[in-house]
Amino acid sequence: MAGETTATGRAAAAWQPRGAEIAYEVFRFLGILILTLIGLIFITFLIGRVVPIDPVLAVLGDRAPPEAYERVRQELGVDLPVYQQFWIYLMKVIRGDFGTSAMTSQPVLYDLGQFFPATLELATAATLIGVVIGIPLGVVAATNQGRWIDHVTRVIGLVGYSIPIFWMGLVGLLVLYSWLDLVAGPGRLDIAYDGLVEPITGLITVDSAISGDWDVFFNALSHLILPASLLGYLTLAYVSRMTRSFMLAQLNQEYILTARAKGMTERRVVWRHALGNIVVPLIAVVALSYASLLEGAVLTETVFAWPGLGLYITRSLFNADMNAVLGGTMLIGAIFVCLNVFCDMLYRLLDPRARA
Amino acid sequence: MKRMLLGLLLATSMLTMPAFADTPANTLVMAKAIDDIVTMDPAEIYELSNSEIAVNVYDRLMGLEIGDMKNLVPKMAESYSVSDDGKVFTFKLKPNLKFHSGNPVTAEDVAFSLQRVILLNLTPAYLFQALGWNAENVKDMVKAVDEHTVQFTVSEKYAPTYILNLMSTVTSSVVDKKEAMAHEKDGDLGHDWLKTNSAGSGAYKMRSWKANESVILEANPDFRLGPPKLERVIVRHVPEGSTQRLLIEKGDIDIARNLTPDQIKGIGGNPDLVVEQFPKATVYYLGLSQKIEPLKNLKVQEALRWLIDYQGMADSFLKGQFIVHQAFWPAGFYASLEDNPYKFDPAKAKALLAEAGYPNGFEIQLDTGNTQPFTGIAQSIQSTFAEGGVKVTINAAEVKQVLTKYRARQHDMIYMYWGPDYLDPNSNADSFANNPDNSDNSASKPLAWRNSWDIPEISAETKAALQEADVEKRKQMYLDLQTKLQKSGPFINMFQESEQTVLRKNVKGFFSGPNADLIFLYDVTK
Repeated sequence: MAGETTATGRAAAAWQPRGAEIAYEVFRFLGILILTLIGLIFITFLIGRVVPIDPVLAVLGDRAPPEAYERVRQELGVDLPVYQQFWIYLMKVIRGDFGTSAMTSQPVLYDLGQFFPATLELATAATLIGVVIGIPLGVVAATNQGRWIDHVTRVIGLVGYSIPIFWMGLVGLLVLYSWLDLVAGPGRLDIAYDGLVEPITGLITVDSAISGDWDVFFNALSHLILPASLLGYLTLAYVSRMTRSFMLAQLNQEYILTARAKGMTERRVVWRHALGNIVVPLIAVVALSYASLLEGAVLTETVFAWPGLGLYITRSLFNADMNAVLGGTMLIGAIFVCLNVFCDMLYRLLDPRARA
Repeated sequence: MKRMLLGLLLATSMLTMPAFADTPANTLVMAKAIDDIVTMDPAEIYELSNSEIAVNVYDRLMGLEIGDMKNLVPKMAESYSVSDDGKVFTFKLKPNLKFHSGNPVTAEDVAFSLQRVILLNLTPAYLFQALGWNAENVKDMVKAVDEHTVQFTVSEKYAPTYILNLMSTVTSSVVDKKEAMAHEKDGDLGHDWLKTNSAGSGAYKMRSWKANESVILEANPDFRLGPPKLERVIVRHVPEGSTQRLLIEKGDIDIARNLTPDQIKGIGGNPDLVVEQFPKATVYYLGLSQKIEPLKNLKVQEALRWLIDYQGMADSFLKGQFIVHQAFWPAGFYASLEDNPYKFDPAKAKALLAEAGYPNGFEIQLDTGNTQPFTGIAQSIQSTFAEGGVKVTINAAEVKQVLTKYRARQHDMIYMYWGPDYLDPNSNADSFANNPDNSDNSASKPLAWRNSWDIPEISAETKAALQEADVEKRKQMYLDLQTKLQKSGPFINMFQESEQTVLRKNVKGFFSGPNADLIFLYDVTK
């Protein structure tokens, strides 16, 4: 009797981590975040210094008077040793000062606040589309291994991998926007709707839904659907392939045989037991592909005139606008770390084996 | 599975609301790559897209008006006079001019606007520093005499047309002093605020500039020439030409600015669209570093001029985008040299190379941008130079990277462009035909310096032309300079740019002058 109580007590402790453990986890998370970010800043900073573009040119252009050139050179501190420049920058960042972008004349934080929501909206919609279609497709392909549906899935995946998204975007616009008039064109909104909704989250679909502007909502959705579907297609190609191979591995396991032997319906075997067991690795796959979309899809953003993070960072990089590049890189770094930690936690929550 | 597909189809068709087919009637919508805009403060503006916005938002003392791109006329000025010694300029303002804020335009605003260019000392400041103005003296050199009269002094005698041309540039935009100073921070004369806001008296008022996204302009009913015909202008950042093409074919925009010759060919025959051609003042040239042995040789320089297929390029992949122009000052203006003596002649070039001691040619590097038209032109040069035995290796990179190398004088050959800052020949002569100090640590880096071309005599001629007050004599001096540079020296001038703009058929009155700051929108109707 006493032995049993202890066992239950131990189980309960495993389920509900104590305060100290939570604190440890939080510290671990912050530690990883800070170390990763410092490493990232350092490497990006170094790259910025070896890029063969004169950073003063980025600020002043080609024809500035010599005195102005000299002044900006000193302001930027480019004549100091690299480690000193890095230290100055780091101290500023710690104070929350990410500097001003030479390209937009705005503080980098403000810029990120402007450009990131556009990317977030696109990436989230794309990931939803990719997951909602990709996972069932992968499962169906795995359960019908070698049959036509499996081949179709493979072709869909192959096409998704191999056709340049730039080209697909243009053809998509040509057919669905230009010829068939099914979706709205490039940009996030029609001109008539521009500026009608006060930004709250910066995601136009969410903001317009919150304020009940359904006209704006549908217009934004109509602009979003095509680029999101294209990026979603990429996600789908990847997710469906991964789901298929994860599922195949599960379906060969003995517990599946047991379940079938017990007379369980095939549907329950596949969708509950097998799929249930691959949820954890699938989450990691989806999170990674989501993170890579959050970096911004430069080509898609170019074709669809989508004012997102990818365009912002690329453009800044080509112009040696290092404050903007560093700010953007840190944001992406933080997203990666957060998503990783998030996956870690989900993993522990969903997989009893990880809770040792 | 079937049910899922059906649901998917249904979902997509529900989401696909019909898009707006037409732009609003009182609004001009233009698609353009505007990611070069880095500021909206006239004392800092130096890029193309913001100059273009600024000319519609700010007015100036002098300038060119639609229909006549040759004769400078007073804009905000009613009249002007020049003292006998050519050093004191007095402008009388038109009465009843108003800023967007409602404040009246006074001589004090004009003086403030010119002074702040010097005091802020940003990129374009060199235009005024050339007049002998600096932070210490500018408040004495530039003054409001009374409410409607502004007067300034220049340190040396210059050709009056040069000074008046300077007063027509975007840098001379007249800023609303009260409004700017109301937003001043730490003595910045309103600079920080004006970077993203406007305080002018031009045809339009800037409602917003969102970097990499859009610029929105609103009509100013009090504009000097009467209210603009359309109430709003929206310039949308659409970086990709093919996307612009789809938008204009569909009618979602009224004007598309960045289509390539191929894309323009593709829309030929569409009855809803019109293609208009506007000559520009930008010239494209090949620069030969005079540090490099074969390129120093005069015979080699001449041979290379015969090894370029100017017309072939202009007739093929550059069609409609460039015209052949072989002088450093563009065609169509005061003192333009319009004859093009060189054509592709490999036999002649080979003979010249042999005379120069290079019968088998030589190997050489060419730096240029990694986008069109740079790459196409560089490839053509590579293939025609090869016919003379000159083996060219192309290094294509981001333009900013190429410029960094150029300014460090580390190139052999470079293919680049130059656009004048103001429409006086000095703007180009000052860079192509002027090199006062050829030492490595020279403070100014004119194009002649970048190509290590040591030319004390030619530099003196350029300065003399700048100071010549007699208009006809001055013109001859510039023609002579251009002929000289056409025959020898490090510059092979090849092309002058021409912009092709696609408009919806109903759009009328769009005027695109030779410079970015001569693109007027107030007359546009649709």
